[in-house]
Amino acid sequence: METAPKPGRDVPPKKDKLQTKRKKPRRYWEEETVPTRDGASPGPPCNKKNRELRPQRRKNAHILKKSRISKKPQVPKKPREWKNPESQRSLSGAQDPFPGPAPVSVEVVQKFCRIDKSRKLPRSKAKTRSRLEVAEAEEEETSIKAARSELLLAEEPGFLEGEDGEDTAKICQADIVEAVDIASAAKHFDLNLRQFGPYRLNYSRTGRHLAFGGRRGHVAALDWVTKKLMCEINVMEAVRDIRFLHSEALLAVAQNRWLHIYDNQGIELHCIRRCDRVTRLEFLPFHFLLATASETGFLTYLDVSVGKIVAALNARAGRLDVMSQNPYNAVIHLGHSNGTVSLWSPAMKEPLAKILCHRGGVRAVAVDSTGTYMATSGLDHQLKIFDLRGTYQPLSTRTLPHGAGHLAFSQRGLLVAGMGDVVNIWAGQGKASPPSLEQPYLTHRLSGPVHGLQFCPFEDVLGVGHSGGITSMLVPGAGEPNFDGLESNPYRSRKQRQEWEVKALLEKVPAELICLDPRALAKVDVISLEQGKKERIERLGYDPEAKSPFQPKPKQKGRSSTASLVKRKRKVMDEEHRVDEYWDGLGLPQATPSCLCLCPCQPATSHCPCVLPLSGPQDKVRQSLQQQQQQQQQQQQHKEVKAKSTGARPSALDRFVH
Amino acid sequence: MTANRLAESLLALSQQDELVDLPKDCLLSGSEDEGDNDGEREHQKLLEAISSLDGKNRRKLAERSEASLKVSEFNVSSEGSGEKLVLADLLEPVKTSSSLATVKKQLNRVKSKKTVELPLNKEEIERARTPLEQEIFNLLHKNKQPVADPLLTPVEKASLQAMSLEEAKMRRAELQRARALQSYYEAKARREKKIKSKKYHKVVKKGKAKKALKEFEQLQKVNPAAALEELEKIEKARMMERMSLKHQNSGKWAKSKAIMAKYDLEARQAMQEQLAKNKELTQKLQVASESEEEEGGTEEVEELLVPDVVNEVQMNADGPNPWMLRSCTSDTKEAATQEDPEQLPEPEAHEVSESEGEERPVAEEEILLREFEERRSLRKRSELSQDAEPARSQETKDSSSQEVLSELRVLAQKLKENDQSRKQKASSKGTIPQVQREEPAPEEEEPLLLQRPERVQTLEELEELGKECFQNKELPRPVLEGQQSERTPNNRPDAPKEKKKKEQMIDLQNLLTTQSPSVKSLAVPTIEELEDEEERNQRQMIKEAFAGDDVIRDFLKEKREAVEASKPKDVDLTLPGWGEWGGVGLKPSAKKRRRFLIKAPEGPPRKDKNLTNVIINEKRNIHTAAHQVRVLPYPFTHHWQFERTIQTPIGSTWNTQRAFQKLTTPKVVTKPGHIINPIKAEDVGYRSSSRSDLSVIQRNPKRITTRHKKQLKKSSVD
Repeated sequence: METAPKPGRDVPPKKDKLQTKRKKPRRYWEEETVPTRDGASPGPPCNKKNRELRPQRRKNAHILKKSRISKKPQVPKKPREWKNPESQRSLSGAQDPFPGPAPVSVEVVQKFCRIDKSRKLPRSKAKTRSRLEVAEAEEEETSIKAARSELLLAEEPGFLEGEDGEDTAKICQADIVEAVDIASAAKHFDLNLRQFGPYRLNYSRTGRHLAFGGRRGHVAALDWVTKKLMCEINVMEAVRDIRFLHSEALLAVAQNRWLHIYDNQGIELHCIRRCDRVTRLEFLPFHFLLATASETGFLTYLDVSVGKIVAALNARAGRLDVMSQNPYNAVIHLGHSNGTVSLWSPAMKEPLAKILCHRGGVRAVAVDSTGTYMATSGLDHQLKIFDLRGTYQPLSTRTLPHGAGHLAFSQRGLLVAGMGDVVNIWAGQGKASPPSLEQPYLTHRLSGPVHGLQFCPFEDVLGVGHSGGITSMLVPGAGEPNFDGLESNPYRSRKQRQEWEVKALLEKVPAELICLDPRALAKVDVISLEQGKKERIERLGYDPEAKSPFQPKPKQKGRSSTASLVKRKRKVMDEEHRVDEYWDGLGLPQATPSCLCLCPCQPATSHCPCVLPLSGPQDKVRQSLQQQQQQQQQQQQHKEVKAKSTGARPSALDRFVH
Repeated sequence: MTANRLAESLLALSQQDELVDLPKDCLLSGSEDEGDNDGEREHQKLLEAISSLDGKNRRKLAERSEASLKVSEFNVSSEGSGEKLVLADLLEPVKTSSSLATVKKQLNRVKSKKTVELPLNKEEIERARTPLEQEIFNLLHKNKQPVADPLLTPVEKASLQAMSLEEAKMRRAELQRARALQSYYEAKARREKKIKSKKYHKVVKKGKAKKALKEFEQLQKVNPAAALEELEKIEKARMMERMSLKHQNSGKWAKSKAIMAKYDLEARQAMQEQLAKNKELTQKLQVASESEEEEGGTEEVEELLVPDVVNEVQMNADGPNPWMLRSCTSDTKEAATQEDPEQLPEPEAHEVSESEGEERPVAEEEILLREFEERRSLRKRSELSQDAEPARSQETKDSSSQEVLSELRVLAQKLKENDQSRKQKASSKGTIPQVQREEPAPEEEEPLLLQRPERVQTLEELEELGKECFQNKELPRPVLEGQQSERTPNNRPDAPKEKKKKEQMIDLQNLLTTQSPSVKSLAVPTIEELEDEEERNQRQMIKEAFAGDDVIRDFLKEKREAVEASKPKDVDLTLPGWGEWGGVGLKPSAKKRRRFLIKAPEGPPRKDKNLTNVIINEKRNIHTAAHQVRVLPYPFTHHWQFERTIQTPIGSTWNTQRAFQKLTTPKVVTKPGHIINPIKAEDVGYRSSSRSDLSVIQRNPKRITTRHKKQLKKSSVD
């Protein structure tokens, strides 16, 4: 498996020793070299092995071909010098045209690498270094595997491309519907529900179900793809917001007074009176938290798995009616009337950050799925996109004629803004780029002013709730084309859902882990560490880890003069400096001589015979005998290892197993 | 009789040029405009004289036809008439009212009649019998000094009349200030001069020379003509230095010779030779100074030397003054041509730079400032003429002249650089407003520095003084205006494209008020909305109306509070009443408080230090910290190392199934149901007996310890 990215690294000469110390990984293409060293002819045994491997090889070739067909950018990292015509010949005489493991694109591998190698580490001991190497090797391996598995993401995102000079914004829904296939065309529909006022809507995490609640109490949930209605009730109370909980089976509705939870039959399960006058709802799926923003100015986190209120935070900014979550780190963004957006976590009583975004109040906030960009719109009729990666500065600004009242990001980074009865959609260059506000990607006019917006996950569909009902628009390139069947499967059965629910509950993330940097867990608590160190030093009375400064030995005959002392000290200092620099420069492990003695023992042997007392000729004889024995042992070991490795060592073949 | 008068007037006219009256010389009108239209004016005078022959309007003042330099009531030039201007003339009303005429006459009569004859006065004049006394009296009289009592001079009297008390006070304050500045400067110079270290001086001198050389090279590239003059100056300085220092008996060689001279004839001769040479050289210098051309130059040098460096700064300081720079008109050119040729280089340099100046300031300011300049030059000249006779032979050049020269050069160079840089700035309009804003400051100071602590001597100067006060009031205003005009672009909302520097604090105003392009939406939203929306809309309207009035200030205040709150607090350990009297109303002394105040160490810089629009909470999240690793495991010495090993997630959520399995395989897997023998000593040592324990299978070869490996090897061998 180590084939593809390994050659990129230059193996330093000193590393050989280290490798030999460990068990040497055997490659199947190295078969030739070892036998020649052994003095054995590369004839029959090789053939034998080949015969054994043959069926697997074929399989290999087959899959490789498949991989060739897929049009992923492939970067051959290494010329295939291991091509061995002899070994590739099968019984039938057919040759494997693509021997060896499939090459992997470096960029794709990079995508999965998580170790930040930009930071230079302080010089470390050999042991530490070996651990670091192991960690890096593991990362590489896993990322290569992940990159290989990208092959399975067969779907590609859609897009809309105007003919030369044509503005895509001029393409109306009818044109799109005409152009796409019937299944997709069926995804564009309008629900004319003029009776019960403007609608809020929410798609379930799988993107299969849709729930909507009208201002005048109309609540309904349906499988919007098949248009099968799950439930439809009137709660006889104003509905402010509606949201699915972790699955489509549960539904939270923010009603005029309290928060209610219904199941997919429309049966009221709970009435949560501690959350009153809720205006907005947001569900954090990995933490099983339902965040509610209320008129009273409280942000309440309700753990829906145990039914407890985790935290009730007073935002101290008056009525809260602008809320969105950051899907990357589960931080809640609240927009306030004084133009600020505050970021909240249940673990902290104060906001994690406060950003002044607009001169007037904030009307809408949305955060994209990567947690990089935040779009805000304010009463100053401006739409701004902020960078959330530490700087919190606006990247682009646009003044809209009436200002946007609602904002939403799609999974692939499209931004939609609802302005009155018009919906504008902006697209960026790629997935990781912010939407460029120069030219709208699509526009659409609705039959009433917009009241709720959401892109459907895993579908190129935008759901718009307005005073005239619900509109499902087709927005090519909005949704993520490939879904994770284990995570959120739109086609899952009830059983699968139940299974998933249990697993998700088991993997529930504690609420207090929500912070701005979700990778904080992979960091050491430095403050506690320092504190502990200090306490230890106090307890012991000295620093056990402190390196004592070099003290030159006193010498006789005037060699202990101050000048010479200084010189000696300087020498040591320089030496250390040089070594430091060397390792810093190379970033390679420091060589540790495995054997300091000068005896002619093989470096591969782990213990050296010269440790034994050398007293007489008998000993010498014995020594030589031992040496011989050892050499024999080694050879045998080599052979054995080879035999073993062909079977046990992971090679290019283990790709088929997973 | 008329013919006689005509002849007289003509005579007066011709004499006017030769008139060397001190105050007259100071008068700009007298000296400046003469060169140009001498002939023309004479012609006019002649015509006038002829026309006045009929005797009707003899005393009529000449009408001025040409545009004068100064059109102000303080600077009436008397060039047209043959008579001198008297203050009384000016103070008189234009028309004497007929009703008062009789009274006036009477008054005059009374005035002219002296009640008591003062014989004393006459006596005193008569008392001056010896020629010396007479001469002195003569001199005093000429200079209008009080002869009898130590009373006020007429000039002073006039000044008293001319100035109001406030003006005088102001003026005095200004002068005091200038004097103080000068004295500071002098003191500083003296202090520096007093430093005994030869090395220091050597270094300073060397540094100066080097700098001068560099600047000269630069100048050579930029302005060859000016460079040539500079070169001349340098040459002159070198010559002077050579003449002053060398060929005297102060050198090392000379000293040694002086000792030898007593005994050695040769040495004596050499010394004499040297002295002769010295004399010769110095003589040559004197000869040179007598000649007309050299005079001005040396004078100038002296003039630069004799007063202090403040003056020099003044001289050059008009460079950075943008007003002075731009006020290049033909008038200044005229003035420049009339000035001594030695004074030219700088104005010329200005002109070079000035000709490039694009905009012209308002005419009024220009005139004002030009006058200012003229006055200064006048004063300088008057000083020159005053000092000229005594100073001619008095001062020999000392080593400091070189320094001064070099400094001069340095300053000139700086000025030029300033000009260039300003021009560059002007071309890159308003990119760096701060720098531009800095410059008016010296400009403000200058007028004060320009005024030298000096007595007003003539009437015109007096008048100028009055004007000066007036100008001093005037001047700051344009500066302020300039500042404002410079500030306004700063406040002006910038285009979003304008890139900010990273270090620069982000301007909140800019951030929030950026003019962003508005979207030309294809579908403009229709305004009509439902009823329930209307209520909300109204609220929104109100909000919009009051939007952004105090948002920024509130936010900044909040941020300031947050910053204050997050700062580590100082610990105050003072015990009131300990070691001193205590009680109500008694506070521990400042010294004590200072002593017992433990200052908290300054924390790390805030994350939002440079982000004005953000408040980031710096509080530690204890709940998250509880889940973090707080002890470094064994082989790691730094937390970075350990962090690197735990950065890759192991869970199946982030990994492929295969990778997940591989990452989570246990080090040792045992076969269920197999007996595992306890470890024996042989197992631990190297010599193990047969050990066919198949229950333990190594799965993860990377994690095999060396000992395991050895054992494995052993067992396989066996």
